[in-house]
Amino acid sequence: MKQYVSVTAVFDEDGNLLPINIMWDDGRKFPIDKVTDVRYAASLKAGGAGIRYTCRIGGKEKYLFLEEQRWFVDAKEC
Amino acid sequence: MKQRVILHSDCNGFYASVECLHNPAIRKKPVAVAGDVDNRHGIILAKNEIAKKYNVKTGEPIWQAKNKCSELVVVPPHFQQYQRFSKMAKQIYSQYSDRVENFGLDEAWIDVTGDAIGRSGVEIAHEIRSRIKYELGITVSIGVSFNKIFAKFGSDYKKPDAVTEITKENFKEIVWTQPASALLYVGRSTRKKLENIGIYTIGDIANAPVKTLRDNLGKWGDLIYSFANGYDSSPVNPIDYYSTVKSIGNSTTTPKDLLNNEDVKSVMFVLCDSVCRRMREQGLFAKTVCINVRDKDLFSFTRQTKLTEYTDITRAIQNTAMELFMKSYNWNKPIRSIGVSLTDLVPNNIDRQMNILDKRIVDAKQEKLDRTLDRLKQRFGTYSVRNGNLLKDRVLSDFNPKEEHTIHPVGYF
Repeated sequence: MKQYVSVTAVFDEDGNLLPINIMWDDGRKFPIDKVTDVRYAASLKAGGAGIRYTCRIGGKEKYLFLEEQRWFVDAKEC
Repeated sequence: MKQRVILHSDCNGFYASVECLHNPAIRKKPVAVAGDVDNRHGIILAKNEIAKKYNVKTGEPIWQAKNKCSELVVVPPHFQQYQRFSKMAKQIYSQYSDRVENFGLDEAWIDVTGDAIGRSGVEIAHEIRSRIKYELGITVSIGVSFNKIFAKFGSDYKKPDAVTEITKENFKEIVWTQPASALLYVGRSTRKKLENIGIYTIGDIANAPVKTLRDNLGKWGDLIYSFANGYDSSPVNPIDYYSTVKSIGNSTTTPKDLLNNEDVKSVMFVLCDSVCRRMREQGLFAKTVCINVRDKDLFSFTRQTKLTEYTDITRAIQNTAMELFMKSYNWNKPIRSIGVSLTDLVPNNIDRQMNILDKRIVDAKQEKLDRTLDRLKQRFGTYSVRNGNLLKDRVLSDFNPKEEHTIHPVGYF
């Protein structure tokens, strides 16, 4: 299921946008340990398309999507 | 001359595919995108592959489609999404060539002649096909050929998610055996005319004496003759190419039938406001106003009139359109849909003859007022400043052709 989330992200000096934390709507906060891949991709599970960040969160690999101005994840995954 | 390599990419069931991507729950069901029934826009705009199996057709009313397929899921259109996906697809195409020419939102030609790293047209086509599927989550079918017409034919030949190559060696086998109507610009009426002279396939067109075609179809005869033989040599336009605007128009099917001049005035004013704002945005003046009227029995006609001078003043256009309408309609039937378009366009920096007796057409004060209103509407929305008479019947006047109707049909020429 498509779940929009709030994200803390930074622009580095080269203008790259990197997500740092994902905030769940119940207040839980998940720090992103590392972004291992960034590419355009569609999410068939959640239903959407945009820039896909492959993130390592708590030792697991998760996809975080930036669709225009909003971030989303596939809710079953988090 | 080196043989060209042209791709034509066609997004399969575009609107429906975008809707299915965004809503996984309907993905395995027959889905159609259709306009709003309550506002009488209830026709099928697109359907997915499953709905296609039930013979649901683009352009038919929803009730007719539901008769064929009772479990059909009908969803409203989201034009902004379609534009976003169209733009994303174009971004992918533009990584292979600087010659990318859109044909509507969901189709494009890409000229990949002389690829820098030596890939063949078919290789590039497969790469684009798989990237669109992966990055956009929708499918395309791509035709590869030595001209635009056969490339388009190829993209229709096998779908969805497929690549078809039409070469100088195989086109007689593949293209010529297909019915004449599979060729671009052979529509229903051309097909009938061709059948009357015993022409049924594209091969028949290619092998007919060009004079026979010309006698029956006029200059179109020459055109489809050259299309069928693979002689089309029209270029794929560069990516930043904008064709010169020949007309600016908006039309609408109203939520209820129009019964009198007052009703028409409400709708006409909104349409004129939209076309005039679009004209000013493009920095143009117009001299000819056309109206299009369709009555409730779907009989329609067009009338046009020339102004005495070029103008972009909304009020002048509104009054002219209304006068033209009142002169040309006798109200024997209620009206279902109405349209306004402006032609005879020139850049708005030309010199004009001032007329001190008739200030309606060239009037600096009105021009200033229009520009101020444009800025207000741009900042605070179309509904922020309105004519008082539009508030009388909001059912008729609450629509926004400028933003809602940004997708215009296109032609090949």
